[in-house]
Amino acid sequence: MTKFNRPGGVSRRTMLQGTAAVGTAALITPWGTPLRAQPVRGGTLRIGMAHGSTTDSLDPGTWENDFTILQGHTRNNYLTEIAADGTLVPELAESWEASADAKTWTFRLRENVAFHSGHIMTAEDVIASINYHRGEDSTSAAAPIVAPITDITADGMTVVFTLESGNADFPFVVSDYHLPILPAVNDGAIDPMTTDGCGPYVLNDLEFGVSASYTRHDGYWKTDRAHFDAIEQIVIHDNAARQNALISGEVDYIDTADLNTVHLLERAPGIQILSVAGTQHYGLPMDTRAEPFNNNDVRMALKFAIDRQQLVDTILNGYGEIGNDHPIGSGQQFYNAELEQHSYDPDRARFHLREAGMENLDVQIHLADAAFAGALDAGVLFAESAAAAGINLEVVREPDDGYWSNVWMQKPFAGTYWSGRPTEDLMFSTAYSEGAAWNETYWSHERFNELLVQARSELDQDLRREMYYEMQDICANQGGALIPMFASYVGAHTEALARPDEIAANWRNDGQRIAERWSFAS
Amino acid sequence: MSHISTMILQRLALGLVTLFVVSLIIFLGTELLPGDFAQEILGQSATPETVAALRNQLGLNDPMLVRYANWLGDVVRGDLGQSLANGQSVSELIGRRLSWTLSLALYAAIIAVPLSLILGILAALFRNSFFDRFANASALTSISFPEFFVAYILIFYLAGAGGPFPSMSSMRGEVSWGEYLHRAFLPALTLTLVVTAHMMRMTRAAIINLLASPYIEMARLKGMSPMRVIVKHALPNALAPIINVIALNLAYLITGVVVVEVVFVYPGLGQLMVDSVSARDMPVVQGIALIFAAAYVLLNLTADVLATLSNPRLVHRR
Repeated sequence: MTKFNRPGGVSRRTMLQGTAAVGTAALITPWGTPLRAQPVRGGTLRIGMAHGSTTDSLDPGTWENDFTILQGHTRNNYLTEIAADGTLVPELAESWEASADAKTWTFRLRENVAFHSGHIMTAEDVIASINYHRGEDSTSAAAPIVAPITDITADGMTVVFTLESGNADFPFVVSDYHLPILPAVNDGAIDPMTTDGCGPYVLNDLEFGVSASYTRHDGYWKTDRAHFDAIEQIVIHDNAARQNALISGEVDYIDTADLNTVHLLERAPGIQILSVAGTQHYGLPMDTRAEPFNNNDVRMALKFAIDRQQLVDTILNGYGEIGNDHPIGSGQQFYNAELEQHSYDPDRARFHLREAGMENLDVQIHLADAAFAGALDAGVLFAESAAAAGINLEVVREPDDGYWSNVWMQKPFAGTYWSGRPTEDLMFSTAYSEGAAWNETYWSHERFNELLVQARSELDQDLRREMYYEMQDICANQGGALIPMFASYVGAHTEALARPDEIAANWRNDGQRIAERWSFAS
Repeated sequence: MSHISTMILQRLALGLVTLFVVSLIIFLGTELLPGDFAQEILGQSATPETVAALRNQLGLNDPMLVRYANWLGDVVRGDLGQSLANGQSVSELIGRRLSWTLSLALYAAIIAVPLSLILGILAALFRNSFFDRFANASALTSISFPEFFVAYILIFYLAGAGGPFPSMSSMRGEVSWGEYLHRAFLPALTLTLVVTAHMMRMTRAAIINLLASPYIEMARLKGMSPMRVIVKHALPNALAPIINVIALNLAYLITGVVVVEVVFVYPGLGQLMVDSVSARDMPVVQGIALIFAAAYVLLNLTADVLATLSNPRLVHRR
């Protein structure tokens, strides 16, 4: 595959290399030898986590916060793994291939992979693990993503998935954090509450909302991974407490640094900030069926009336990038960098208002900080910048409690956040395709939906790129989502930890695989 | 003494009625909250189908009264039910957290109660002196700041780099007694600072009130030392209001420590309550609410009994 070079702009990778270089430079001793060394075995990694609740559960169908997702990747393996550079690499599946229409996928499983209980993984375990999320009465949050699977069959160590329509990204789909491979028990189903797994660490002790601890899985099949002896996950909700714990050496790594005080943390001796620009983005979706948002000129006027750079600088304290009203991150495979960047332009906003036959516009936006950290402040800044374009934006403060059931997708103009998805198709089909359960703008664009289906089953990379480029264009200039910014994952760690040169951007915490990818510096 | 036992029995019966009313209020209150368990637990990623399936599986589609009656029936039989979220037994879930909460409350009480009694007595003894003013001013200052601020100040000075105490009181694995006292010192100290002012000022006021009585005058005229007058003659008669304030503060130490728990990452009941309310995990919320209500009822009962015992006139009422 030819590597695509983006004209201008900083890619995620070059930015990371930059920060890594600065980090390395800071670690050079007076004698000029860099301290950064090969990963060493041993030690206990203590992770301070901003998420985690007493109501969490072992059931993979309910995993939704960073505590459970990290646990999923620490205790379990998946069929495929998203590597730090965003490509897909084998995990429990050694290899896979598609039929020409991308409708049938054949996965060859790895031999002799042992669960913590000693049980050796078979095709039956894989089928049981995926089937748990399928079916009419599935209570799994992953039900929509496995719904296109019509049949799963096995032959020895080969598993064949049949889909209702072609999907070139299907191997990415099975890397989803909801789909760990768990052992099948008696009647060919998994026990969703099992603590068994075949991942790098064995779960020892667990109290949801408090902590979890693990020890290394001795028989782990990846020999160059899992350098720590033990892992501790500790829930620390309070921002100040979490940063204190890092500074006073009670934890080695915190997954979320408070952006309001991150500049203070930067100054603390022996602490390194880890900022990864990924696919996480904050949005202000407009219901394209409702007045006045059913007029694209009104939507465009609002898109030009928001000062994106100001939001990145103040709400994200600089830890992020401006967005271009589509959900594809600048580090992704088919990111369209040729697209015109929407920026703050009150005159153009006025122009679009006049096109819509209006001189002034009065709208309400419903926000709560549950939508994303700083959403209310962002709304106030938006209202100020929009005033210059003749738009009177009223920020309605909503309660955090019940935000996702009573405001999001209920009010015509609200706030939202997305962690993003590893592939363009997953992101678009989750929240932008017509009739999708989470199509938060109730948007339906004929050409877009057509392209989405075509691109999904297209195996030719160049053709796919063209299609995704056009879809980003349509989304940005005709869609209902106002996406002003991409928020980086900002964490921090002590210098005792050695992080790899490249950090995954698909999820927080190095793609949630910090436990098996990082180590202590010697 | 039969009067006392009748009173205890009456109050215990009344306590049960209170608990029943509390359970009803809690149940209705959470019903009024927006969203329901299935929606909250599946979060942003919920689709209508999965929400419906989950509701069905958990029996959330039953009418409210049926669910309440089922739950109440189980509680009467001593079964608090299972958490909707992860199927764990509620009594087990609460039991672990309750023991941590009670330990912290006890730790803080052991420091705070003697401290505030002594400070209160001394303040009454040296009324309007520099000591009195200083003790009053500092107690009022610490109670005037929000708890999290007091906690951060303590962390700033006593924890962190070089400080003698850990900034985090997270209890994981096996914790020995010595380790517990060390790790939980800062939260206990924060709570002490928060409750001391109340108890100390009540002690001082109650004693000063009595110092004008004729029998105190008599004691003074006999030539008794001021300290002896206060401890021997004034304090026993001032006990009733002081015990009441202490009971209220002890109840606060059990039920009101959410903020302190969050700041110090202490695994008590508070965070469990907050998480369960926001997830609408009814069995857990109701279980904790009952325990909190029971703590108030029992501590108030104890306070009344002790106050009655401290006043012989009340015991021998005709």
